[in-house]
Amino acid sequence: MKTLQLRDLYDRFRDPATIKGLAALIAEDAKRLREPLHIMEVCGGHTHTIMKYGLNQLLPENIEFVHGPGCPVCIMPKERIDNAVELANIDGVILCTLGDMIRVPGSGSSLANERAKGRDIRSLYSPLDLIEIAKSNPEKRVVYFAIGFETTTPMTAAVIKRAVKEGVKNLFFHINHVLVPPPMHILMADEEAKIDAFIGPAHVSVITGSKIYEPFPEKYSTPVVVSGFEPVDVMHSIAMIVKQKIEGRAEVEVQYSRSVSREGNVAAQRMIEETMEVRESFRWRGIGDIEKSALRLRDEYRDFDAEAVFADYLSHEPIDDHKLCICGTILKGLAKPYECRVFGKACTPNTPLGSCMVSSEGACNAYYRFGGVS
Amino acid sequence: MSGKEIQLSQGGGGEEMNSLIHGLFYKHFSNDILTAAEDAAVLKPEGKIAFTTDSFTVSPIFFGGGDIGKLAVAGTVNDLAMMGAKPLWLSAGFIIEEGFAFGDLEKIVESMAKELEKSGAKIVCGDTKVVPRGSADGIFINTSGIGELRSEGISAHNLRVDDVIIVSRDIGRHGAAIMMAREGIDLQSDLKSDCETLWPAVEAMIDSGVRIRAMRDATRGGLAAVLNEWAEASGLCIEIEEEQLPVCEEVRGICEMLGFEPYDLANEGTFIISVHPDDATLALESLSEYPFCADASIIGSVSREKRGKVILRSPWGSSRYLELPKGELLPRIC
Repeated sequence: MKTLQLRDLYDRFRDPATIKGLAALIAEDAKRLREPLHIMEVCGGHTHTIMKYGLNQLLPENIEFVHGPGCPVCIMPKERIDNAVELANIDGVILCTLGDMIRVPGSGSSLANERAKGRDIRSLYSPLDLIEIAKSNPEKRVVYFAIGFETTTPMTAAVIKRAVKEGVKNLFFHINHVLVPPPMHILMADEEAKIDAFIGPAHVSVITGSKIYEPFPEKYSTPVVVSGFEPVDVMHSIAMIVKQKIEGRAEVEVQYSRSVSREGNVAAQRMIEETMEVRESFRWRGIGDIEKSALRLRDEYRDFDAEAVFADYLSHEPIDDHKLCICGTILKGLAKPYECRVFGKACTPNTPLGSCMVSSEGACNAYYRFGGVS
Repeated sequence: MSGKEIQLSQGGGGEEMNSLIHGLFYKHFSNDILTAAEDAAVLKPEGKIAFTTDSFTVSPIFFGGGDIGKLAVAGTVNDLAMMGAKPLWLSAGFIIEEGFAFGDLEKIVESMAKELEKSGAKIVCGDTKVVPRGSADGIFINTSGIGELRSEGISAHNLRVDDVIIVSRDIGRHGAAIMMAREGIDLQSDLKSDCETLWPAVEAMIDSGVRIRAMRDATRGGLAAVLNEWAEASGLCIEIEEEQLPVCEEVRGICEMLGFEPYDLANEGTFIISVHPDDATLALESLSEYPFCADASIIGSVSREKRGKVILRSPWGSSRYLELPKGELLPRIC
């Protein structure tokens, strides 16, 4: 029997003949579209795929991508990043977070700057490492600056439950977990926004199920196709959207049927439900306040809640992005990154002024890194 | 040699330090110039020389396929080789943290001696400092090197339109091996760093008459950094076919899992060569004699398409710029 190789898992999904075949199919079907089609890929992971693999170059002119707000680092408002910096500066605190969050500037500093000044700030590969860090540093207080959409939330919930079970008392959580559907509703409600269909993030749906997208076809007649992240996945999803459009349908369809069900991972949903609840409102960088768009710890976990335990150290004043930044307009599909006056000049991945340039999954960042050949 | 851990006194200039130098460094690096123990090595180069220096810090100090000692010798020898210079003489400066295991230091020194044999270079002078515990991360090594130029005019400024770009082996191994060995990533793999002395392969190409325009080992910043430096220095465009780039299964796996690209990962025994278009086959034939160049491949060419830029062409007809890697390599969030 042939042993399963890692590349078996993705080679099929990057097969040049399949990608070219799908591009030809889309081009043929797109001739029957009555109007230009603006497809928003909600998730930064899809933006990354589209730009990295140059999928936008394979599409006919009447299909355009609109890059959505789905990057957990990009959407973090400056005041929350300031909170991370403030927490890291408390004596005896080890501040832990994920990936790019380290280098995103707040209003005055970034976690990378603070680390260089000698603060104990760690980038984790997995939140499960938190338990070990807390246990091996009993004299310290370990604060997890938790970020991410529905995908990463279950892991935080699992760590909280484990901390309770194992009696870990020196681990705290600053929860910045956000939800995908609320900003999608905000964008659809904006009359200016040009969005005719959504590509839904597959990994979010693995947890939540595809049911969270059902209001969009119902309420706005906007198709949603839940898509995987490989080039073949994205091209296939576009073909499915074009098909819905030319057949006059608006439905939730799952392209990523290899892992997504309608109901999702119920055990993970329950774990989140037990530890967290929906916040009244959360400010999204580039978009503004969105009601019920993020989570917080439930009251019974107050002893773990960094926002409560360290309340005296934290500022709350909202801080706006740079005046010249047009991230909000880009997120609504009304402008492309290169139309921004500061794009690639004052605003680069090393000196991001606006949200979309911040992490490798942001639209401006992806355009800066991969765009511009054709 | 007494003691299992390095003591502050072993860097103090007295008897203990003398004993360390004779019992360890002279024993493994022995040659007439070094053991003359003068304040400076007296050298007599014959032709034009190349001179380079590099400092080595790596965590962990021992990793799959090498250690800091092998790295310190191969790194400096390779800097010389990439200029077409035969490595002759090296200096070695050690900064050792108090309490460092003597057995580990011995392993490092042995590994350096073994690596020196591959190019025939000698360590002819050195320095040892021991710093209080907490002032350094185990051990730091600085090596400088002098080599004799065997081929002139190898430079990023000498790239020409239609030159062929060759990579000597699969890319990204060192960066991926180090990442796997670090705390925080619990992965099982046999992945080994590509850490290797490159001079024998370079010498073979020079001896067979390959017209080498530019040559560089793709260390920190990986393939992407070298190609971008070349494109900028020459004011020309480098076009790379993604399909032709050799990447081993394990490196691809790490990249998939953490959201990295193999072009950005460090190498320590992989080099990029730009050659006259008529000499590409000859270059590949010369390289194929060496096991560490068994996967040498033509990956692209030089053009005027987009001056100062590197273009990566996908197998399905799209293309994108291959940018310089930026900032720390951090895993993607989702």
